[in-house]
Amino acid sequence: MSNTIKLRIGQILAIAKKDIKIYYTEPPILIFGILFPAFLFMAFALGKNIPFKNLIPGLLGISLFFTGSSVGPYITPWETNTKTLERLLTTPGSISVIVIGDILAAFYFSLGISGLIAFTGIFVFGTGVANIAVLLSTLFLASFCFAGLGTIFSSLPTDKPSNVMMLSNLIRLPIIFISGVFVPVSELPEWGQILSRFSPVTYVTDLLRFALGQGHYFALSINLIILSIFTILFLLIAVLLHRKTFIKRI
Amino acid sequence: MNNYKNSVIVKNMSKAFGQLQAVDNISFHVHKGEIFGFLGPNGAGKTTSVRMLTGVFPPDTGQIYIAGYNLLDQTLAAKMRIGVAPESANAYLDLTALENILFMAEMYGLSGKKIRKRAEELLNIFNLLDRKNDKIKQFSKGMRQKMILCMALINEPEILFLDEPTSGLDVQSRYLIRNIIKDLNQGGTTIFLTTHNINEANKLCDRIAIMNKGEIAAIDSPENLKNTFVSSQSVEVSFKFGSPNFLDNLSYANSIEKRGDKYRLYSDEPGQLAMKLIEQVKSSNLGLNSIRTIGPELEEVFIKLTEEKKE
Ligand SMILES: Nc1ncnc2c1ncn2[C@@H]1O[C@H](COP(=O)(O)OP(=O)(O)O)[C@@H](O)[C@H]1O
Ligand SMILES: [Mg+2]
Repeated sequence: MSNTIKLRIGQILAIAKKDIKIYYTEPPILIFGILFPAFLFMAFALGKNIPFKNLIPGLLGISLFFTGSSVGPYITPWETNTKTLERLLTTPGSISVIVIGDILAAFYFSLGISGLIAFTGIFVFGTGVANIAVLLSTLFLASFCFAGLGTIFSSLPTDKPSNVMMLSNLIRLPIIFISGVFVPVSELPEWGQILSRFSPVTYVTDLLRFALGQGHYFALSINLIILSIFTILFLLIAVLLHRKTFIKRI
Repeated sequence: MNNYKNSVIVKNMSKAFGQLQAVDNISFHVHKGEIFGFLGPNGAGKTTSVRMLTGVFPPDTGQIYIAGYNLLDQTLAAKMRIGVAPESANAYLDLTALENILFMAEMYGLSGKKIRKRAEELLNIFNLLDRKNDKIKQFSKGMRQKMILCMALINEPEILFLDEPTSGLDVQSRYLIRNIIKDLNQGGTTIFLTTHNINEANKLCDRIAIMNKGEIAAIDSPENLKNTFVSSQSVEVSFKFGSPNFLDNLSYANSIEKRGDKYRLYSDEPGQLAMKLIEQVKSSNLGLNSIRTIGPELEEVFIKLTEEKKE
């Protein structure tokens, strides 16, 4: 491996490690990354007379979506405000390295929380697993996908985390409603079914239902391909947008 | 290893923020091994210049070479050789002193026992070793500023950029930091020091660029800068008994001013004038009370250079 690549990987890991130490316990991240999706889920699920284990795919979908995309919106504006970002830019770490490091921190966060939920669902509530490989790849892909999405939000060149949080909720909430999280896509009205195709969360939940043996709407390969495309797009757009807007943060 | 004579070469560097030309087509060299001062009033464009030299953002136009590398093309190689203490304090408040330095080290690809030891040595130099496991949150402004310097030094930079490193600090911290700057320079580190403190520039710097409104008004050693403004050099003398009658036709004296019991004689060559005065006093019975040459203060030079452009 070339020395430069080794250095870059080391830098990305260092940034992710720093983010984890500092930001995982920040109240806004806990509120919007964990409490908010939990409450949203309860508001929908309670009193619906569906066995809990059948709600696990929806819960996982919501949690992946909100957890992964809550970290980025906090880190970059916060570091703009505290001027630690400027300090970082003087090091041999590039803008891309910084952004990828932040995405990685959000990825770990999302993977950790959703892994915990999946584990609890399977071992405590007895949710069956039909395909463990699909389950794991979905958690993995979706965590990257929504970590990227959150980091797209944070490219808004502001130094106030609340601005980005607001923007991100404005976009994230409607997405949840068109994604077949609580009601399977097949049971949505026709316009809902069409809209749902534009949301990456649709494919994530569909994959999760498949993996947990609760039926599916799209073919497995379609789900995986489209989710991969969303993921790559989000990651690319996140890095490119930040490279454009970083200069406005100084 | 890259061989180079000039640690920093800047050619026609400019940067505008909207209508405001913050840095206006400046060019200069920083010799290897010197302490180079960037002196100017607030808003002169010092920080903007440092940001371009340290890769925070690129200039609108111009070229920058750092340690022989083109900063814009060979960014990584150039940045590996510099250490930077930016103007605003900015260690991570939620990390400990040691964590902050080790994180910096990792950005330079440095880790392991040796680096940890170096980090502790640095903390020791700045009297922070016993606080190594405390979060920066709990540090005073002076301690935070020292942290910034520790973080800038972990990669043993060949060139150290310091943007107002002592501004707003108490006398002791300022003294400590200035001494450390001198030590580092003795050890071979080239220092690029930005300050609005004339006294600091005068004491520390081998050469000074005086910046004003985005332009460099002058670059030279502090002594040469002062000597450029010969008109303000003088000799001040007072006598024990009576008033002398030889002052009027003394060679080297351009003009005379009486101030209280002292006479101030303006001259292009105050050294020669002082000798002449002493000779005269010896051969008279006036008796010398005090005599001193008054060089132009760097402050005067500074005011003069930064005022000229105002009209
Ligand atoms: N990011 C920025 N956006 C707009 N104007 C800026 C920015 N940074 C600096 N300036 C302006 O550029 C000028 C030079 O600023 P600066 O380089 O910080 O001066 P100094 O460090 O010498 O005090 C000032 O007028 C300042 O207001
Ligand atoms: Mg400044």
